[in-house]
Amino acid sequence: MTDASAHVVIVGAGHAGGTAAALLRQYGHEGPITLVGDEPIAPYQRPPLSKAWLKGEADADSLALKPTEFYAENHIDFRPNVTAYKLDRGAKTVALSDGTNVAYDALILATGARAIALPIEGADLEGILFLRTAAHAEALKAQVGPGKKLAVVGGGYIGLEVAASGRALGAEVVVLEREPRILARVACGALSAFFQGYHEKHGVRFELGATAAAFVGENGHVTGVKLADGRVIDCDAVVVGVGAHPNDELAKDAGLDCARGVVVDLDARSVTDPSVFAIGDVAHRPMPIYDRMFRMESVPNALEQAKQVASAITGRPRPAGECPWQWSDQFDLKLQIAGYAFDVDEILLRGDPASAKFAVFHLKGDQVQSVEAINSPPEFMMGKQLILSRKPVNKAKLADPSVSMKEVAA
Amino acid sequence: MAKITYIEHDGTEHAIDVKTGLTVMEGAVKNNIPGIDADCGGACACATCHVYVDEAWLSKTGTKSAMEESMLDFAEGVQDNSRLSCQIKVTDDLDGLKVTMPESQH
Repeated sequence: MTDASAHVVIVGAGHAGGTAAALLRQYGHEGPITLVGDEPIAPYQRPPLSKAWLKGEADADSLALKPTEFYAENHIDFRPNVTAYKLDRGAKTVALSDGTNVAYDALILATGARAIALPIEGADLEGILFLRTAAHAEALKAQVGPGKKLAVVGGGYIGLEVAASGRALGAEVVVLEREPRILARVACGALSAFFQGYHEKHGVRFELGATAAAFVGENGHVTGVKLADGRVIDCDAVVVGVGAHPNDELAKDAGLDCARGVVVDLDARSVTDPSVFAIGDVAHRPMPIYDRMFRMESVPNALEQAKQVASAITGRPRPAGECPWQWSDQFDLKLQIAGYAFDVDEILLRGDPASAKFAVFHLKGDQVQSVEAINSPPEFMMGKQLILSRKPVNKAKLADPSVSMKEVAA
Repeated sequence: MAKITYIEHDGTEHAIDVKTGLTVMEGAVKNNIPGIDADCGGACACATCHVYVDEAWLSKTGTKSAMEESMLDFAEGVQDNSRLSCQIKVTDDLDGLKVTMPESQH
């Protein structure tokens, strides 16, 4: 599809959708672009919501991907507060909540994912919050401060970032994690132990193996989390960070192949319909370096797929395959993660966790599958290259921090 | 406000007025200038906002932090005048600054 006059409709104005619109113009697409988002504001960066924004170090302007006038200046019909509720692939139209029925030549689904709510008693009390959107962050900001008690349900990266920011703002923070360790689904034991210790040093309390059974409240506002063992953890507010679910209902209802996310090819094109694409958190995409397909929730993934779709629509060559990565900032720690730990048979530690500067390499044979680097950019940058190149590494050298990463990769 | 000229790898120039307080990276991204990806949005986590600072401006753009130095060390096509543009804050002193983008940000 290289029709320069094609109408591109983008459903979802998050990081992926907003970037796709901008890249289409940057790559020379001249046809109309309609960008539909269910939030009241133009596309913005979500990662600072749990960090700089929560701490008051970033404002709405600095969060915005592009200035407000960008969309009009670039002839992008940006429609805030609008959702798409029906996709008719035969007629190539999408029905929107603003009452219009928009015809497309290419449709990009960038509907993202939504926070999973806990289906327990008291879940509708005020003060039970999530962190996906600027509105969520605004609500949370109003609840954290000196003397406030914050309970975080879920010891994943979002939960830990909120805990760190909560402490920075003077709140008392307790993290409730169902598993016997935090980060259980995403990191190895050594990293879990390191993060727990670091957070405890900064005053965060942990309850592990703690299942939230109910929220209790007074006058409609939450006052505590009741655990399965009967204890009640007092709090003024709760942040629930237990994962997200892809917003793939529109695609499913239209008969597009979905597998917890819209199934796409290397161009981000639906495997069912060549006129439909899916990018970002809602896409189930192939990742050749791991020889499998999966769904990722990260900004680099959203940006990469925005490049893929903009390239496909404008007839540019497909971007070279990437090594997926993500980052997290907590207190003064910079965590950079490259790759995913699939099919790992060995975990190798480089450096000393006690120094808060170390890396964990996940290996399959003598190939690096993923690396988690704490305050260690060389390990992250070189790890990324090793993951992409599939080049075998010398494990003895890799485990020895006195051997530079350049020499390890040489 | 400072006028900053962003020069793409192929020589295409974009002269933009950038508000003081923003970073050189933000000036490019908010104006949709090709060649600066800035995947991490300025967290100094990705090295995809790499630029070459015009020699005449090197002293005015400040010094690199250990983190920036370390990230740049592993970026592609690094030169003595390489910087991560998310780490250069725009001030009135930078009016006239010229930066050139590398061939690729990976």
